Amino acid sequence: MTVKEPSMLKQKEMIARNYDRLTRAPQHGEKVVSTFVPGNLNELLLCFDVVSNLPEINALQNGMRKKTGNYILEAEKLGHSEDVCTYVKADVGMMAKGNLAPNGEPLPSPDLLLLSYTGCFTFMKWFELLREQYDCETVMLHVPYAGDGVITENMRSYVVKQIREVVIPALERISGKKFDIDRLREHLAESARAEDDLVRVLESARHRPSPIDAWFGGVYYIGPIFTAFRGTPDATEYYRLLRAEIEERVALGQGPITPDGEMGEQRYRLVVEGPPNWTHFREFWKLFYDEGAVVVASTYTKVGGLYDDGFRHDPSKPLETLADYCMGCYTNRNLPQRVDLLEKYMRDYDADGLLINSIKSCNSFSAGQLLMMRELEKRTGKPAAFIETDLVDPRYFSPANVKNRLDSYFQMIEQKRRNRPTAA
Amino acid sequence: MKCYVGIDLGSTTTKAVLIDAERRVLGRGITNSRSNYDTACRVAKLEAYVGARLSLFRRALGDEGGDFLDRLERAFRLVQFQEQLGELEATCRRNAAGPRFAGRERAVADALDAVFAALRTEAPALFEPGAARKSDFFRDLAGSLFMRHGDLVARDAGLDFDLLLHVYDKSIIEAENRVPSDDIKGKLRTAFERVGGTALGPAVQAALDVDFDEAYVVGTGYGRVRLPFSKEHIRSEILCHGLGAHLQYPGTRTVLDIGGQDTKAIQVDGAGIVENFQMNDRCAAGCGRYLGYIADEMNMGLHELGPMAMRSSKAVRINSTCTVFAGAELRDRLALGEKREDILAGLHRAIILRAMSILSRSGGVKDQFTFTGGVAKNEAAVRELRKLVRENYGDVAINIDPESIYTGALGAAEFARRAVEA
Amino acid sequence: MTTTAEITRRCLALYEDLDFASVRAWKAAAPGRKVVGYMPVYVPREIVHAAGMLPVGILGGGDGLEVIHGDAYYQSYICRIPRSTIELGVTGRVDFLDGMLFPSTCDVIRNLSGMWKIMFPKAYVRYFDVPQNYVDAIGGSYYAHELAELREGLERLGEVRITDDALRASIAIYNENRRFVQAVYDLRAREPWRAPATEVYLLMRAGMVLPVEEHSALLREYLDAAAREERPRRDNARVVVTGAFCEQPPLNLIKSIELSGCYVVDDDFMLVSRWLQGDVPLDGDPLEQLALAFLHRSVSTAMRYEPTQAEKGRFLIDSVRRTGAEGVVFAAPSFCDPALLERPMLHSALQRAGIPFTSFKYAENAGQMQPIREQAGTFADSIKLWSAP
Repeated sequence: MTVKEPSMLKQKEMIARNYDRLTRAPQHGEKVVSTFVPGNLNELLLCFDVVSNLPEINALQNGMRKKTGNYILEAEKLGHSEDVCTYVKADVGMMAKGNLAPNGEPLPSPDLLLLSYTGCFTFMKWFELLREQYDCETVMLHVPYAGDGVITENMRSYVVKQIREVVIPALERISGKKFDIDRLREHLAESARAEDDLVRVLESARHRPSPIDAWFGGVYYIGPIFTAFRGTPDATEYYRLLRAEIEERVALGQGPITPDGEMGEQRYRLVVEGPPNWTHFREFWKLFYDEGAVVVASTYTKVGGLYDDGFRHDPSKPLETLADYCMGCYTNRNLPQRVDLLEKYMRDYDADGLLINSIKSCNSFSAGQLLMMRELEKRTGKPAAFIETDLVDPRYFSPANVKNRLDSYFQMIEQKRRNRPTAA
Repeated sequence: MKCYVGIDLGSTTTKAVLIDAERRVLGRGITNSRSNYDTACRVAKLEAYVGARLSLFRRALGDEGGDFLDRLERAFRLVQFQEQLGELEATCRRNAAGPRFAGRERAVADALDAVFAALRTEAPALFEPGAARKSDFFRDLAGSLFMRHGDLVARDAGLDFDLLLHVYDKSIIEAENRVPSDDIKGKLRTAFERVGGTALGPAVQAALDVDFDEAYVVGTGYGRVRLPFSKEHIRSEILCHGLGAHLQYPGTRTVLDIGGQDTKAIQVDGAGIVENFQMNDRCAAGCGRYLGYIADEMNMGLHELGPMAMRSSKAVRINSTCTVFAGAELRDRLALGEKREDILAGLHRAIILRAMSILSRSGGVKDQFTFTGGVAKNEAAVRELRKLVRENYGDVAINIDPESIYTGALGAAEFARRAVEA
Repeated sequence: MTTTAEITRRCLALYEDLDFASVRAWKAAAPGRKVVGYMPVYVPREIVHAAGMLPVGILGGGDGLEVIHGDAYYQSYICRIPRSTIELGVTGRVDFLDGMLFPSTCDVIRNLSGMWKIMFPKAYVRYFDVPQNYVDAIGGSYYAHELAELREGLERLGEVRITDDALRASIAIYNENRRFVQAVYDLRAREPWRAPATEVYLLMRAGMVLPVEEHSALLREYLDAAAREERPRRDNARVVVTGAFCEQPPLNLIKSIELSGCYVVDDDFMLVSRWLQGDVPLDGDPLEQLALAFLHRSVSTAMRYEPTQAEKGRFLIDSVRRTGAEGVVFAAPSFCDPALLERPMLHSALQRAGIPFTSFKYAENAGQMQPIREQAGTFADSIKLWSAP
């Protein structure tokens, strides 16, 4: 990126520092816990001074560095089907190829696999597969799906019990540290502070022009809070900086900063459902900003928590709040809730249309998206488009195909807009 | 004369349509897309200009020109073919050199003499009235003649046919990637002379004298990003297709296009403005290309599939439209003793079923429904489509324009016109 | 006396009937009757039965259904069963369903529950979650509550009370059914020529649509007939088929496996009828008993978490040993995340145990059997070669 803002530099430094800490954990006698992004218990992990390793983040980092293509082929050589999730295969392939972190150092073997089973069936198989490799302790935290669109007391107490009676004892055992609930409260309070600022950042997209791209830029903004930093003063500081920068852009009437500098005229305001593609991230983004398309709200930036829906980590109910956090993540919500949320975004952010990026790997997101699209077209009267890519499998990103559809879609919005008043 | 050009650069063919300021179609041109999109686009345009000139004659001569114009066009095509043949021959001679030919240069040159002599002799027959040509593309016409005569000549000369084939393969690509001379008027004059129309009437002379003023060009189609056009001269194929279908049938509300590589379902409003669209997903199953594989597998011509399928009374249920499995599925069915026509009928139905689901994704089928693309020429596919549309959407008028392959180019031409006139 | 052929014919007719005439007839036989559908892999049918309703297994459309609308809802990289299930729904073929249960099989079936809510707003639709924690006081207590919620939901749907006694009675009836099902499987494992795979499959499929009492009677008749009839015994390899627990293989595929020289001696088709191993006790709180049975006596399959690494694959290996199988055939639906992600782990467990295996993928509407016949045939031949003295 051409312009390096303080928040961006800070995030870069945080991520680098964390990878360094992770790869040096064995030398420093620190324990490593692998866990997933959605519904992660970062505040709890912080209480035990363990280092967390998030396999999806490794996969996406490798995707952006164009390494996943080979990793996936490696995993398929090892017997994994072409049909299944490429995050898993990128991870399995990375292990087979030396398990190097983005800083070039080997990733340590985890001391604990914390299977936070939130919103994705594949997580379960993923860690069963890793367990076979690492042969280390594995803990399942089963987070029930909000099939009826509600979190019942039974669901909550089930998760709380698992945290209290399964997860915490395992962490105590691994780390040799006693659980301190007051420390947890402090981290939760820290989380809530950062969450407030994140929400202000995401909601800034209501402005015209939008000062942010809530998908391509959004994935950077959610980085710290979705991962190993939520609940730390580092994250709070990051979001304070970020919010100040965004507020300044709003005051100056500026648009988002893209890899090619500040975005020009904003001709299309889009709401996006689904994850992005990582292997062609910049090329993909360019297809949008070149045409003046800005994403004003996205659901992917809610997979690690739906803070703009009002949820905050609450230090007064430490375990319950963790449970509610897990169950409230976007992919743990049922389809009617997801449609409602998208409809709300379309209206609140005054969007011109809905774009669905359907990800081959991610059935949790993808199964049902065509019905969601239909429903949203019906409810909002706004045009929707459907494109297909993958997270980290370069074989599933066809630039010509994606461009073809996007261009058609943008031109369709434009044409409708121009013809609306005089349409025969 | 002010005119507007629309070019649709498809995966297999490139189409051009020329319209005048009153939105009347002046000419259409088509060519195979080949490896060089730039050339394909210029050739298609050139062809459209030929068509435009002929339609000016038609306008000038009115009804009485019918037979004369037909002869004129055939004579023109022959002139054009002979010119291209000359070009190909010169290229072949240049390419029949190098270590591969060491010691056999003479023999190869003699063989080329013989082959091209035969080709020149046979050329006029290709453009006789009622002559059945498998294709109008030079590559196909010259290719099949070359194969036939080359094989005979080589055998007589005791020469390895592969050697000639090598020369041809290399040369056809080169020849094809050179744009033929754009001296349309010159060639038309030659053609006039051949059909004995030396004394041009004033109306024809006037039509021949008209200069086309190309006011605006719009490109579309899958290869449009590779067109040597600036952004404002490019429109998405969806928009062009929607508008083109609207121009062909103003009552159109739903358009289905099944092309070589993709299937599109488009919903348009009363003005031809696209309301919604869906395309086949990443998997190209069920597109025109699928029929191509089947034709290859059955050793049949693409255009023969439909008629054979029409003979079926009981279609075999085919569940897979996966091009990768098409061959295996076919062999499996044949091994089970199923009849070829019944299998083909099942395959056509399978393709249309795919299209039905894409239509359903886009919002269904509304009255009127316009079907375009290469597959719209296939009667068996059309039969299945009619059946399934009636079953699922009731009585809907179904439009199929014989020139539906030009739908996208027509829409593009109209966008070009609007860019200037509107 | 009924013959296996007659029973099979009846089951085949039920299997091929995509309009579910037998279910419609059951529903029409008395006013106010309700039917509750369920998808694979597991739901506690006892509770539906105790409400006086008919639980009906909805297993997709197989190869007999032309999917026109269902494909409009799914991308090409998603398996077949949700498409054909939607097709059944939108074409009115399952319009007799008053409720529909979607087990926590995978994300596709999970999301289908929400789609069903949107598409069929009048139906009682429940995503049926089962615990992945097997501690009585944690997963057990959660699950007992979930069962209670299901019970309440069905009570509202049917405007009935589901008493504990009714539950116990239903558990007893399903215990009996499980015993018959097990007896058929045992018979086949012992003497597979007496109970061909396609027949057993169709018998179990009948259990998806018939009232359980009728199904038990049918199983008993089949057991009697099979014991009576002498059938030719072939020199086939004995295999366990696994991976086909959700989307069903076409009947032709099962037939092809057998025709190519394999006796299927165990499988994971329609696990709902064998999920709970052994009887569920009739004493105590019935929901709690169902919950405990689920925690401690469930089959092992891909959508159930295996807490202990050493246990991975044990269930399958036990099945191979118990049935005297000589190999395992992995038959997984294309794009089936649970089956295909589980597969490498089962492969390595089998490898360690020295059990040969072969793998392929299928779709419920697959038309070509030649590759499968060849693969299964080669596998059978190689097994015979290995086991030759």
